[in-house]
Amino acid sequence: MKAFTYERAKDPVAAARAVAGRSGAKFIAGGTNLLDLMKIEVETPTHLVDVQDLGFDKIEATKDGGLRIGALVTNTDLAADERVRRDYAVLTRAIVAGASGQLRNKASTAGNLLQRTRCSYFYDTNMACNKRKPGSGCAAIGGYSRQLGIIGVSDQCIATFPGDMAVAMRVLDAVIETIDAEGQRRSIPIADFHRLWGDKPEQDTVLKPGELITAVTLPRPLGGKHFYEKVRDRASYAYALVSVAAVIQDDGTGRVAFGGVAPRPWRVEEAEALLPKGAAAVTARAFQGATPTKDNAFKLPLATRALASVLAEAKG
Amino acid sequence: MKFDTPAGANPIDTMTVVGRPHTRIDGPLKVTGLAPYAYEHHKEVESPAYGYVVGSAIAKGRITNLDTSAAKAAPGVIAVVTAEDAGKLGKGNFNTVKLLGGPEVDHYHQAIAIVVAETFEQARAAAGLLKVDYARAKGRFDLTEGLKTAKLAGGGDSGNEAKEDRVGDFEKAFGEAPVKIDVEYTTPDHSHAMMEPFASMAVWEGDSVKVWTSNQMIAWGHGDLAKTLGMPKEKVRLMSPYVGGGFGGKLFLRTDAVMAALGARAAKRPVKVALARPMMANNATHRPATHQRIRIGATKDGTITAIAHESGSGDQPGGSPEIAAAQTKLLYAGSNRLIAMRLAELDLPEGNAMRAPGEAPGMMALEAAMDEMAEKLGMDPVAFRIKNDTQVDPAKPDRKFSQRQLVRCLETGAEKFGWSKRQAKPGSVRDGKWLVGMGVASAFRNHMNMTSGARVRLGSDGIVTVETDMTDIGTGSYTIIAQTAGEMLGVPAEQVVVKLGDSSFPVSAGSGGQFGAANATAGVYAACVKLREAVAQRLGYNSADVTFKEGKVTSGNRSASLKDAGRGGELVGEDKIEFAGLDKAYQISTFGAHFVEVGVDSYTGVVRVRRMLAVCAAGRIINPVSARSQVIGAMTMGVGSTLMEELAVDKRFGMFVNHDLASYEVPVHADIPHQDVIFLDEADDKANPMKAKGIGELGLCGVGGAVANAIYNATGVRVRDYPITLEKHLEKLPEVA
Repeated sequence: MKAFTYERAKDPVAAARAVAGRSGAKFIAGGTNLLDLMKIEVETPTHLVDVQDLGFDKIEATKDGGLRIGALVTNTDLAADERVRRDYAVLTRAIVAGASGQLRNKASTAGNLLQRTRCSYFYDTNMACNKRKPGSGCAAIGGYSRQLGIIGVSDQCIATFPGDMAVAMRVLDAVIETIDAEGQRRSIPIADFHRLWGDKPEQDTVLKPGELITAVTLPRPLGGKHFYEKVRDRASYAYALVSVAAVIQDDGTGRVAFGGVAPRPWRVEEAEALLPKGAAAVTARAFQGATPTKDNAFKLPLATRALASVLAEAKG
Repeated sequence: MKFDTPAGANPIDTMTVVGRPHTRIDGPLKVTGLAPYAYEHHKEVESPAYGYVVGSAIAKGRITNLDTSAAKAAPGVIAVVTAEDAGKLGKGNFNTVKLLGGPEVDHYHQAIAIVVAETFEQARAAAGLLKVDYARAKGRFDLTEGLKTAKLAGGGDSGNEAKEDRVGDFEKAFGEAPVKIDVEYTTPDHSHAMMEPFASMAVWEGDSVKVWTSNQMIAWGHGDLAKTLGMPKEKVRLMSPYVGGGFGGKLFLRTDAVMAALGARAAKRPVKVALARPMMANNATHRPATHQRIRIGATKDGTITAIAHESGSGDQPGGSPEIAAAQTKLLYAGSNRLIAMRLAELDLPEGNAMRAPGEAPGMMALEAAMDEMAEKLGMDPVAFRIKNDTQVDPAKPDRKFSQRQLVRCLETGAEKFGWSKRQAKPGSVRDGKWLVGMGVASAFRNHMNMTSGARVRLGSDGIVTVETDMTDIGTGSYTIIAQTAGEMLGVPAEQVVVKLGDSSFPVSAGSGGQFGAANATAGVYAACVKLREAVAQRLGYNSADVTFKEGKVTSGNRSASLKDAGRGGELVGEDKIEFAGLDKAYQISTFGAHFVEVGVDSYTGVVRVRRMLAVCAAGRIINPVSARSQVIGAMTMGVGSTLMEELAVDKRFGMFVNHDLASYEVPVHADIPHQDVIFLDEADDKANPMKAKGIGELGLCGVGGAVANAIYNATGVRVRDYPITLEKHLEKLPEVA
């Protein structure tokens, strides 16, 4: 870990300014991912701006019948919120499928969206990694890639976004609210939030330097049955090989997004329109153009079968 | 004490303290955080400096330049030690590869430097400032490739002679067998993944060094540290009173102890070192991957006539094979046999012992193959195993097992588990979306005799103290040693002070190979016999008819309290147990049976264990609760190795890719359902005066086979490539979409 300086921000614009104006500065909230990465020098910030005093810890109803989740609401609190459990059960299910109780107590909503990939080559500073060190190459390509991406990846990087919460939020059409150093606010649909790697795998999201997440809003509830099917070798405390977040209506229509397969929660609206035709039809469209490796080609049939499991349960 | 004839009646048979379910006497210290582990000897050592070990970034080649100037100039840094300035170092007897690399590099993450600083954070930050240039060399990282030209290797009971082990004419009998299988299984490299990392704290006093470390075998580590540092053993003291898990990874001297000693010498300060978790998998040893071929031939009634087990593994030059075929010499009958092990030279990190070396991967293959054979014969797998039981060493039919109740283990387990409900036809039981199956495997592991010494003191205050370099690696050694001394001297275990893990104490068996408990307590028994004689002598009793019971020493109608006997000054009994002959005349082994029920998600192929039972026959059980803990822990490890554990090899870079606990998965609570353990009531008089045998590894041997067989019974898909992760059977499961 490199030595770094630290400050606790008192208001959001000051926090954004503190990061925007200083190269090597980063926000820290729960720190559950950032600190681990700093210890092994995958992340080497020179300055940390702690945002935990900024409030942003409430879940409030919005005028149009949705919910506004403060950026600092912990994963535990979000999953346990009565309204979330009742109206957005897919979100609760996704959150409790991730990490461990201790981590969820500390991890924030915004931080969860910003967690970095778990690619083993990203974690080992002896290995080439375009995401960690732009232009150095990608040791994962041609290496051990069982856990890595099958779609939306590039010849620069085949890592995945590893989270669960965001997959459920993608199904719910969440919107990410931010503020920047000039005090400008913007709303970013989650569909546009995580980038595909392309030739800039070091950039995980569309956030500009110093742009601070203040909240995530959920539109009004969708109704229907909510599912989060997370497939993994170990029963708990493991990243998804494939996960399926789905909201299925009584008429068989619905929404579905996949986790563990791409640089972002993978939802293809044209594919989910095929839900009434069954899982195979949906995944055939959703994963059109997939480029799996030998190690992770199983994720294609697995995604189909995991969705089939959800659809069978929905029919109940 | 020489143990060369079967044990007769002795004070342990009383079983008033031994054999009772005694909770750990060190439990309160551990759960309150007061038991000091290697990194925590703050009472003995004030303000140590912190050492951070740096590992090689390449697997094979040479360091062409190592610039330490930036690190040395970093805040708080006291010293940096590399091979260049460490002085001449020897290599220990037990490690294959040197523990400080450079300029030649032997494997990935081999230690190449230690940075010592005032704080841990300063040491770690400065470690990142070392500038190292390498010249990579081509390494051998592919086991499949290596085995194409691998030579025969020795191992196991046949010693180190590199030859095939043959009985009868295997090829002929196999060729003529009406029913046969010829199958290949693979197991991957495994990491010990113990909780406590490798850690040591070193303090120099003049030309002597004291090292607190985390080590299973004090005498081996002591000798090898002295040899590595080029010092006489008398100038080196090694202490390891508490060990947070080892599983064989801490059998030997490792880099933490060497680097702590070198760092402390250079810094002229006590130094403590803990290996960072991401370095452990590649820096330390691991259980080597195996490729195994098993051939079994039988008559139609299920009598095995031919059995062959061949295993190949790899290791660093000068290393040894994973003896995965060894148990097949002894487990089942059959007149024609072939056992062979081959060893490829690889430049992956050093392979070495991990819990139940040999049997753990060997029985994952053998017991699954037995299941395949039973199915081919149309026999129940329990009945097939029972049919091929042997009460003698198949290679030497006049050599009996000292005690062998494998059949009773299988029968008892079958009854208790409800085996009769198992459907022979695979894929025929469903519970909602789950395909449900049951599997069985034999458990087998040899018991090893090891010389083991102890010293027992009766203080003038009447307190009994045991001193031995035996270690407690979470197994319960403290408690069973207290129970043994308590039984021998007629006091409750709580009144015995046990001091372990110090090279200034008598050399014991140490902890490994499931030889610790039985041998170390036998050593304590021997020392207690000496102390009992001294007590009798002081009291003027005839030592032959003295009893020690409830704090009293009694001879005929004379009686005195043990406390009184100590009053005239401390009495000391010191001895060691030594073995001769019985393990040649008899095969001394431990036996068991594992029963497992699994569910396989018919959609996703995910496997979840539903319940497990182990029945063990391992001689006298010294402490049923700590023995049970050993067995359920081993069963858990068996689930891990069957379903998820695999060090993934990157054959381009020669390293284990998933070198942290997020990516090398071991089971968590949610993976482990109901477990049960039954111990058969046994006492093996050929083993030692305790009449006890090993138990710590038996619980692991066969678990993998039982889980694999249950999966097959659930799905009808046989996976022969461990771990059985979902992609290996997914597309052969029933259609769902």
